[in-house]
Amino acid sequence: MTNTTSQAYKPLAPVRPVRFRGGGFRTVPRRFIGLIVFAMLILLWEGGSRTGLISALVLPAPSQALDAFIDLALSGNLQKHVFASLQRLIFGFSLGFTAGLIVGAAIGLNSYMRAGLSPLVAAIFPIPKIALLPLFIIWFGIGEGSKIATIFFGCFFPTVIATYGGIDNVDRTLIRMGQSFNMPHRDIIWKIIMPAALPAILSGMRISASIAIILLVAAEMIGAEFGIGAYVLLAGNLMATDQLIAGVGMLSILGLIVNWLIGTAEKRLLDWRN
Amino acid sequence: MDLAVEGLSHRYGDLDVLRNIELTIHEGEIVCVIGPSGCGKSTLLRLLGGLEEPSSGRIMQVGEQPVGSLNSLTYVFQDFALLPWRTVAGNVSLVLEHHGLGADEIEVRIADVLERTRLSDFRQAVPKQLSGGMKQRVALARALAVNPAVLLMDEPLSALDSQTSELLMHDLIDLWQREHFTSCYITHNLTEAVRLGHKVVVLSRRPGVIREIVEIDIELADRVMSNLRLGQIQKDLWQMVRDEAQTADMELTES
Repeated sequence: MTNTTSQAYKPLAPVRPVRFRGGGFRTVPRRFIGLIVFAMLILLWEGGSRTGLISALVLPAPSQALDAFIDLALSGNLQKHVFASLQRLIFGFSLGFTAGLIVGAAIGLNSYMRAGLSPLVAAIFPIPKIALLPLFIIWFGIGEGSKIATIFFGCFFPTVIATYGGIDNVDRTLIRMGQSFNMPHRDIIWKIIMPAALPAILSGMRISASIAIILLVAAEMIGAEFGIGAYVLLAGNLMATDQLIAGVGMLSILGLIVNWLIGTAEKRLLDWRN
Repeated sequence: MDLAVEGLSHRYGDLDVLRNIELTIHEGEIVCVIGPSGCGKSTLLRLLGGLEEPSSGRIMQVGEQPVGSLNSLTYVFQDFALLPWRTVAGNVSLVLEHHGLGADEIEVRIADVLERTRLSDFRQAVPKQLSGGMKQRVALARALAVNPAVLLMDEPLSALDSQTSELLMHDLIDLWQREHFTSCYITHNLTEAVRLGHKVVVLSRRPGVIREIVEIDIELADRVMSNLRLGQIQKDLWQMVRDEAQTADMELTES
């Protein structure tokens, strides 16, 4: 091989380059595109409202929704609504998640627990918890108890299922390794099984957090003086669509914040995966 | 410490896996076990270390444990079995933490085994950053940290590419020459068996019985590829396992 830059081809043989065909089907991170789409949508919406293309009764302009939000903040009711909602969300979610983690771990680690409880979980999980709210009101009272219970049960079941699913998928050779070094069961659970199940548990957490927000609003719509759900319901009853959009916007932001918190936790706890 | 296997048989339900195994692994020697796939080699190793209970027969530890041994029968697994969320040092520390040693003693043991496996510069790396060969060296370091009486190695080089496994083979030979560790080494690779084994145990296909135990009295250091006697031994071993391997292979395709 002395000549690598120009090849001598066979005379008269057809010559064609190899066409690249390996492109596409790969997601590349594109910054700011999401933000631009969002901003464009808001601008179009605002423009449509100003020109009268979109009737104010059908859909209020974003600026009107913002005004409604500012009014709410100035009236001093914003804190009351947000505080009431956050309190219910945090109590219901953290209790439900903790209990789900404990029961899920018990099912994952003990065959009696699994045989006894997993059919029960499978039977109760698909029931929309909001359908049980009237019962919860009888059991836990019309006040905070029934709302927290609704969120609690909504978070409990997905966490149970994610936890024992995660434990089931732990690499058996790691457990066997722990046994081969005479590690006590307690250490095998805390140092091998639970860290290995953590990715599954955290993705279960994402699901139960979204369910918690949905149930929060639903429970507040059925009976509450304060709370973002109550605010949205009242706005709807009064046909105050600007307030309604402001309330829905708050819910969206709440969802984004929760999502960001869990994403940060995942990055912190699971950085060994990358 | 010696490890003696007496009249060992094992079955899974109706399936006879091992039959009447008699074998002694003497202190300071490496016993390689070869045989066709599915002959029960790995089962034998799990039985040796008590990860499984034999259907009949027993396995005895004969003699004193080494000083400072925390886990006399210690495994090195084919797929390393490292915790991906712990660093190299953390993976070694994992198997020391439950013995109630002081932090100083744990640190001394970690530093010592990482030195012996030439991993000192990588103590803060996580398994994902390491090559296969390095991962297996971490697993070896972890096994050495508990100062075992017998190292039970389950095809430790099988998951590695041929060049890395050659490097690790050298490491094992070096290590044996320095420390004369005792080991039962399962492999399907005859070259590994004749380069590392003081004894090579040939198992038949299922149900696994010992067909032959071949003693190789050549120093490990002198076992180079060009050694004619070694080549002859390997050829003899191949003769022994070839028919078994072929029949075992056919069995799999039929079922």
